Amino acid sequence: MGKSINIINSTAVPLNIENVDTDQIIPARFLKATSRDGFGKNLFRDWRYENNDESKPKKDFPLNDPRYKGQILVAAKNFGCGSSREHAAWAIKDAGFDVVVSSFFADIFKNNSLNNFLLPVTVSEGFLKQVFDAIDKDPGAQLEVNLQDQTITLPATGVQEKFDINNYKKTCLLNGYDDIDYLLSMKDEISQFEKQ
Amino acid sequence: MYIDRHLIHEVTSPQAFAGLNKRGIKVLRPKQVVATADHNVPTINQHLPIKEELSRLQVEALKKNCEEHGIELYGLGHPFQGIVHVIGPELGITQPGMTIVCGDSHTSTHGAFGSIAFGIGTSEVEMVMATQCLMQSKPKLMRINVEGKLNNGVVSKDIVLYILSQISASGATGYAVEFAGSAIRSLSMEARMTICNMSIEMGARCGMIAPDETTFGYMKGRKFAPQGTDWDQKLAYWKTLKSDEGAVFDKEIFIKAGDIEPMITYGTNPGMGIGVSGHVPSLNEIEEKEKPSFEKSLAYMGLQPGAGIKGKQVDYVFIGSCTNSRIEDLRMVASFVKGKHKADNVEVWVVPGSKQVEKQAIEEGIDKVFEEAGFMLRQPGCSACLGMNEDKIPAGKYCISTSNRNFEGRQGPNARTFLASPLTAALAAITGRVGDVREYQS
Repeated sequence: MGKSINIINSTAVPLNIENVDTDQIIPARFLKATSRDGFGKNLFRDWRYENNDESKPKKDFPLNDPRYKGQILVAAKNFGCGSSREHAAWAIKDAGFDVVVSSFFADIFKNNSLNNFLLPVTVSEGFLKQVFDAIDKDPGAQLEVNLQDQTITLPATGVQEKFDINNYKKTCLLNGYDDIDYLLSMKDEISQFEKQ
Repeated sequence: MYIDRHLIHEVTSPQAFAGLNKRGIKVLRPKQVVATADHNVPTINQHLPIKEELSRLQVEALKKNCEEHGIELYGLGHPFQGIVHVIGPELGITQPGMTIVCGDSHTSTHGAFGSIAFGIGTSEVEMVMATQCLMQSKPKLMRINVEGKLNNGVVSKDIVLYILSQISASGATGYAVEFAGSAIRSLSMEARMTICNMSIEMGARCGMIAPDETTFGYMKGRKFAPQGTDWDQKLAYWKTLKSDEGAVFDKEIFIKAGDIEPMITYGTNPGMGIGVSGHVPSLNEIEEKEKPSFEKSLAYMGLQPGAGIKGKQVDYVFIGSCTNSRIEDLRMVASFVKGKHKADNVEVWVVPGSKQVEKQAIEEGIDKVFEEAGFMLRQPGCSACLGMNEDKIPAGKYCISTSNRNFEGRQGPNARTFLASPLTAALAAITGRVGDVREYQS
């Protein structure tokens, strides 16, 4: 169903703020759609614009800074806390990101991301700092994320770190599988369980 | 994991139904699904069509989807309508030992009955609709023990805000949390629900409390609770649902109930709380790398590092949400404000959690108490907890709120939220300021 993910080489957008909650990622007033599309334009809506006015972008917000672009969002600790709204993952993916890097993800957000082929990469605090520093020094700094090998690398310095991912979810992401197909194939087992 | 009960609402279900339709399949076990409209419904004139078009469309889509898939819907106008985490327990749908999910993070509320209950995203909602199952990795285990007697003026909301202030908004991420100890056992079911409700604010997968006589007493006679011999059998099973003596947890936290005072948050995540008599941390109390986030938070709130919070003027008081909108919360507020009147500078909204709560409040004359106090008793829904409907706090204004999140913009763009207990909120309604309820109670 989704687009598979393996190796991503890209520049990154830095968002060095801790405890970014899903209300910031996509404010509740934008949850009224009945489809999954189009949430990207309201990503970080209230941090991007003055008084909700699209003609007044906040210049110091990284997503508005023309120096920063790419498929990777780099965020600080406890990213995606709060509400279970999957719209947060949809909005990030819809805005063109395939990877979010942080030292710590909130649980539900992490699951929602994995279910939408948005790869959450958890790194150490030390590595995260190096990534922020590298982007700070050179907004064109590349990052390489390799899902098969479970590595994230800063090619400029050669610094590399391994990251964890559930094996089953890794297979899903690498092959574009989704959980529902897998669970549907277990229908008989589910009926058996219900009879116990 | 097999799911016993699936609760759905208008905001996180439409894309899941669309997914099923695309696959050409129906909801597998519609009798195990219960639906209500709560997140974006207006809280006045619920008998009229919803004015806001997108909200109306979502509520209509829920109705259509429920009809097509044979799901019971307690929609607007139904005597059982209300906030999904209020109606589940009050109708006896929530039972000990069940697995319960909902596309809403505050599903952890139901853990107060000794059930495994947690919030899920819309893809997972679709998964449960299609298969009644979820893929889950096993969480780590944490027990938070609160022992001793609570101080005067301290209620369950203060306990959970205190825990949050100690372990932070990410302190329980990756854990299933059991709340235990004599102070927890002494609480009513409503009060226990308040605590489990906010376990997600610590990042926990779920929060739970072992069922006991208080639980069984609450459940007996509820609309969908077991009856007759079925009750006896279930009760025998429920009594087995507790942690073994000597059970080992990955992490254990001990809290003295006597250390807890009435709490209030000063920042923009629920872990940023202090006792009402305390002060906002000063900059030298904050770790270097956390300073930018801390300063951003205080700038948003219009507060200074090191400042006291008592006496701070508020503009709005919101009593409601899945955290604190049950009949006991309304009774607590009513008994405090009876015979008093709100301060001129505040607007006070009381939003009952459900039609059943509203009915009970009217039967007990609580509506009259509120009317005489100048409070507005509105109709059930999530309301100003997340401002998806018209109930928004204006930019720059301060709201003392019994809800669960003080995130930037949560109650409306640039609105500023102080989270507190119903008692502390009631006091602020009367005085127009943040105060210490202990100074007003005998």
